[in-house]
Amino acid sequence: MATLEIKNLHVSVDTDQGKKQILRGVDLVVKSGETHAIMGPNGSGKSTLAYSIAGHPKYEITEGEILLDRQNVLEMAVDERAKAGLFLAMQYPVEVPGVSVSNFLRTAKTALDGEAPKLREWIGDLKGAMKNLRMDPDFTERNVNEGFSGGEKKRHEILQLELLKPKIAILDETDSGLDVDALKVVSEGVNRAKEETGLGVLLITHYTRILRYIEPDFVHVFVAGKVAEQGGPELAERLEAEGYDRYLKTEA
Amino acid sequence: MAQHGIKAHEHKLVPLQTRSERPRSTSVNDFAELSNRQEIWRYLPMDRLQGLDAEVIGEVSQNELSISLAGTVTANWIDSSEPIVGSAGLPEDRISAIAWTNASKTLLVEVPTDQEITEPVFLTLKLEELAAKALHIFVKVGANAKATIVLDHIGQGLLAENVEILLEPGAKLDFVSIQDWDNGSSHVSNQLTRLGKDSILKHVVVSLGGDLVRVTPSVALDSPGAEIQMYGVYLADSKNYFEHRPYVDHIAENCVSNVAYKGALQGAGAHTVWVGDVLIRETAIGTNSYELNRNLLLTDGARADSVPNLEIETGKIEGAGHASASGRFDDEQLFYLMARGIGDTEAKRLVVRGFLNEVVQKVGISQVEDRLIASIEQGLEKAGV
Repeated sequence: MATLEIKNLHVSVDTDQGKKQILRGVDLVVKSGETHAIMGPNGSGKSTLAYSIAGHPKYEITEGEILLDRQNVLEMAVDERAKAGLFLAMQYPVEVPGVSVSNFLRTAKTALDGEAPKLREWIGDLKGAMKNLRMDPDFTERNVNEGFSGGEKKRHEILQLELLKPKIAILDETDSGLDVDALKVVSEGVNRAKEETGLGVLLITHYTRILRYIEPDFVHVFVAGKVAEQGGPELAERLEAEGYDRYLKTEA
Repeated sequence: MAQHGIKAHEHKLVPLQTRSERPRSTSVNDFAELSNRQEIWRYLPMDRLQGLDAEVIGEVSQNELSISLAGTVTANWIDSSEPIVGSAGLPEDRISAIAWTNASKTLLVEVPTDQEITEPVFLTLKLEELAAKALHIFVKVGANAKATIVLDHIGQGLLAENVEILLEPGAKLDFVSIQDWDNGSSHVSNQLTRLGKDSILKHVVVSLGGDLVRVTPSVALDSPGAEIQMYGVYLADSKNYFEHRPYVDHIAENCVSNVAYKGALQGAGAHTVWVGDVLIRETAIGTNSYELNRNLLLTDGARADSVPNLEIETGKIEGAGHASASGRFDDEQLFYLMARGIGDTEAKRLVVRGFLNEVVQKVGISQVEDRLIASIEQGLEKAGV
């Protein structure tokens, strides 16, 4: 049973115009088995929250805390956060030329477990997970994210999620750029991970579409760097009908 | 010693405007003494030549070069006055001319016509003293023959070298030149190649060690349908100065050239230079050409100069392009790998190995690839990466 606690989180980034504050006091608790949807208009700080949790050096935490099972995440290096059980499925996964998917996945698994996986078992797991995500077997010989289509990149992120078995996963706009079929396949992968490992999910999305396939227990609406409203799945339905205008008007 | 006449060589004060106008001669005195004010020597640390630019230098003795043949390939030391010497190209700079005039013997390696040799031939030069020496090697691959030749430079020494490679029509050669010298060594190597009709040469340069290593591979594509792949991979640390200047001269129709050099640099003082010249002459209709150089700087204080030059004299070509980039570690790549639990050091290694892999994989000779990978590992360890 894992708990991710985000308390009064303030985050800034350096821009050409100087330091810009993006998150202005976010409070959130995600527990194993729970699915939280973070919704909000563009520029509201959703991705900043994702990258801040994962430890991207671009983001500076100016105030607040992030705890995983009461451990201070902010003191951990990026790889230590992954080892502690955090996972970020990225919106724009980068290319790593010359590094094959197979080498990358095995290196990551070895780093997380502290020992190399047993070869036969590992190949079995890999093949099974790829089949579930309807990925071509020769996919593992390609270089990480190089020449991947948008759909392939997202499947590859979810493949990692299934193989690396984190405690809490942050999915940053995993639905963007996917057609309905790919969205279903990717959502099934997330649901499998939830079932099998009791994964806690922080699902960041602009649209409600993915929530038809991955049902949230809680919905949080992000506006201008903090949670403007929260509720159950019914809040998502209301957003579907009304959009974000209501929040933006009160801001203005 | 064959003395070939100088071609269109005038002592003009204007700088050369086109690559093909560079004078060619085997006479040392046809070339000015080395100076950083000449473009071809502008980056060279002159103090590291250690006498390689002297008019008279010694000669590599035959027992310093060990030869491991394969199949029906032959290797014989011939007199450098034999007419075959110089038939693949002539010196374009003073050190090449010095190497030419001081090598009284030439090692002639011949692959007979129509022979397909599957195992690689290894020529291993091991020097053990810091005395300037000259070496001349001639590789001739007969029509429709196929072979792989690895020229390895190891030990500690000072070497001025000419390598000529001649491919007869339809021949196919994979040629690898490895510079893996101990510290203190300096090596200047001019590699001249001429390709017959529809022949294919894969020329690979691997530079791993030496205080000064300068390799200038050039190819004259003067028969139609010939193809050259020029690859280079280098790993320079604070002790190394590596300079690579590939030159592709497209003369005949429908030839293909592809040049790709990649290097990683680490440590203060590490310096690499890449100058890639491609000339597509008016006669070279249907040419397809591309050249690329990329450098990855692993630490502060390293310097990579990268200059692609492309001269095109005809518009009737398939394609011509070039790319050059030098950069630090990509923070986004490191973040991505580390976010999957991979530690900082391991992530950097993956990125470097991956970066160089693109070219390493092209070598296609497992012994060489294994050694290259081991060297990369060792180099990274040394740098604490």
